[in-house]
Amino acid sequence: MSADGAPVERHHILTVLVENKAGVLARVAGLFSRRGYNIFSLAVAPTDDSRLSRITIVVDVESAPLEQVVNQLDKLVNVVTISELAPASAVQRELLLATVAAEPAERSQVIQLVGVFGGEVVDVGADRLTVMLAGPPDKLDGFERLLATYEVVDLQRTGRVALPTIDVQPASGRRLVSVQPSAAG
Amino acid sequence: MQLTGAQALIKSLEMESVEVMFGLPGGAILPVYDPILSSSIRHVLVRHEQGAGHMAEGYALATGRPGVAMVTSGPGATNIVTPLSNAYMDSTPLVVISGQVPTAAVGTDAFQECDITGVTMGITKHNWLVKSAQDIPEVVASAFHLATTGRPGPVLVDVPKDVSFSQMEWYWPDDLDLPGYRVPGPPRRAEVDAAVALMAAARRPVIYAGGGILKARAAEALRALAERTGFPVVTTLMARGAFPDSHPQCLGMPGMHGNYTAVTAMQRADLLIALGARFDDRVTGRVDAFAPDAKVVHVDIDAAELHKVRRADVAIAGDCKVVIEALLEAAAPVLAEGDAASCIGPWWDTLRRWQREVPLHYERSDGPPIKPQMVVETLRDLSPPDTIVASGVGQHQMWASQYWRFDHPYTWVNSGGAGTMGFAVPAAIGAKAGRPERTVWAIDGDGCFQMTAQELVTATAERIPIKVAILNNAYLGMVRQWQEMFYGERYSEVYLSPDLPDYVKWAEAMGAVGLRAETPEEVAPTIEKANAVDDRPVVVDFRTDAFEKVFPMVPAGASNDAIVVHPEHADRADAERVAWERLAAEQRQ
Repeated sequence: MSADGAPVERHHILTVLVENKAGVLARVAGLFSRRGYNIFSLAVAPTDDSRLSRITIVVDVESAPLEQVVNQLDKLVNVVTISELAPASAVQRELLLATVAAEPAERSQVIQLVGVFGGEVVDVGADRLTVMLAGPPDKLDGFERLLATYEVVDLQRTGRVALPTIDVQPASGRRLVSVQPSAAG
Repeated sequence: MQLTGAQALIKSLEMESVEVMFGLPGGAILPVYDPILSSSIRHVLVRHEQGAGHMAEGYALATGRPGVAMVTSGPGATNIVTPLSNAYMDSTPLVVISGQVPTAAVGTDAFQECDITGVTMGITKHNWLVKSAQDIPEVVASAFHLATTGRPGPVLVDVPKDVSFSQMEWYWPDDLDLPGYRVPGPPRRAEVDAAVALMAAARRPVIYAGGGILKARAAEALRALAERTGFPVVTTLMARGAFPDSHPQCLGMPGMHGNYTAVTAMQRADLLIALGARFDDRVTGRVDAFAPDAKVVHVDIDAAELHKVRRADVAIAGDCKVVIEALLEAAAPVLAEGDAASCIGPWWDTLRRWQREVPLHYERSDGPPIKPQMVVETLRDLSPPDTIVASGVGQHQMWASQYWRFDHPYTWVNSGGAGTMGFAVPAAIGAKAGRPERTVWAIDGDGCFQMTAQELVTATAERIPIKVAILNNAYLGMVRQWQEMFYGERYSEVYLSPDLPDYVKWAEAMGAVGLRAETPEEVAPTIEKANAVDDRPVVVDFRTDAFEKVFPMVPAGASNDAIVVHPEHADRADAERVAWERLAAEQRQ
């Protein structure tokens, strides 16, 4: 809890725009391990600009103050911008894939559960099926808990990606380090 | 104009005005050594790649220009990892070019292959594996730009052999493509005003000057600020020479082996103005007990240093010179000349009393062995005032910092953050290569000397006449001191022997003049003899007292209040502490 009694978010979302070059992910991951910062989840993908990739990092700020993490990250030459998204004012999505062992008798229950959550069955075999759910992380948490009553053979989550919500965008997407003309110019 | 990658690399170094580079060839870098034959750049052939790295650092520390070193792949590259780490810790601009196995062989465990960009990722400001000869000018220009701007530091450019061989169309970039690299601009007015307000209100201020002053070439600005405010100045190990030791406002070095007044002034301060300093553990001692009453103004070009160790009341990310000039301008109407001085008069009375009561001290001795501090004092008195002093790491380094009088910037070349033993000899060679008109003395320990002494062969062959004073106490002295003080005098693996090796013969074998002084009377004449040699290196083996310890000392992890001064002055330091505590208690009531 903070001084004013509001709960302190342990996980902060940083969306980091990086140059799309070899070894950049290693530089980011190496920085976190070398300085002892904890990563809760991490997702990397190209953006609509082929020169840039976006890394969405969920940082556990119990390991280090967020400002330290951001300032150190900003020193990586390939890091172009860093924005922090407050979880309350960000659209967050994550994808979950799970293979569940289910005899024909149980199968309909699993399919029903997937239906309630708005997921999909993406693969079916004789005695198991693979299901998919995309959604906010807490929804995935709930789905994962209920799925655990069945025999989960394999489960994989992607880690979060996030964008600021549109109505409060100017306030929510705290752009910590903005794009500027190259200092070399 | 068509060039090979190798030719483009050397031409790029010429475009960056490189005058000297330090290196050692090998398989993967061979193509790049060919165009060196027809280049204006002087190449100094070292005997070990670590020497090349430290020479480049010594060159950079003495001249302010980036040091350049070139090595081959695999072991050549790994041998320069220590200098890269050292330069990273001390923010020294260093450009290392390494050869790499041909692109097609990368990742196959080829002969002399090592993933050196991977190895050095955490100890360089940035590094590159060059994929195409066409990229070479752009990468070299970026490398120098990154090494020398913002917070300076080492960079590494890894060049596969086939890239060196292949053809490219020469160009020199007007613009660099570094979209993620930014250097802080001028400070915001509000920040500067807030700092000045704290300065105006301070009654026990201390300016805490760090190595950033030298990197920003801000020594003159610092002096102007100090004289304008009348504030005392401490200079950290990395900032020795940034403010003249002979200046009446200079308190000297703080920290684990700082003098009593510098350490205690910070500890009792109500305002610390940290300029290009990073609250290193060797300065702060136990952080939660450091300068408990002080507000902090912290200026650093690296925003990540602000609030890292100590929360600052005013934190300014910026170049020290620019920020100090802004502070001066903003302070002019607030701090009327002499006004500030009268407010801090009582503080100066206290500081002067501490200087008088608890000065640096050692027991002088007429007979052998020689006191190591006396060697440093005699060297200081018999050498030109702008002499460059290099040192290794350990007791000799602390005595050099304590007893030399640094009155000029860029005259102190040492390994601070990394604490790299063996730094002195190669760093002194690099300093002398960059400043051939200056006298360069390496003050070294016997343990350190043995790590990199082979570079004296380089010094002789390249006619770089440095001078080396070995404070030979036949021990790894600082480790011995810790074992004596903190491990119940259980001496484990610290004895080295005074005459194995025979340093005079070893010096002579390397083409240097070898001298020895065994008694205090021999010290001055031997130094005079060494100072008279100017055509080759000189090594002097000073047989010093093995039992001498560096005082003062703040034990590792202890509060700076627990400073241990020379036993001779322990009572006075105790009395000062009691008096301060009594005063503080009275003020609380």
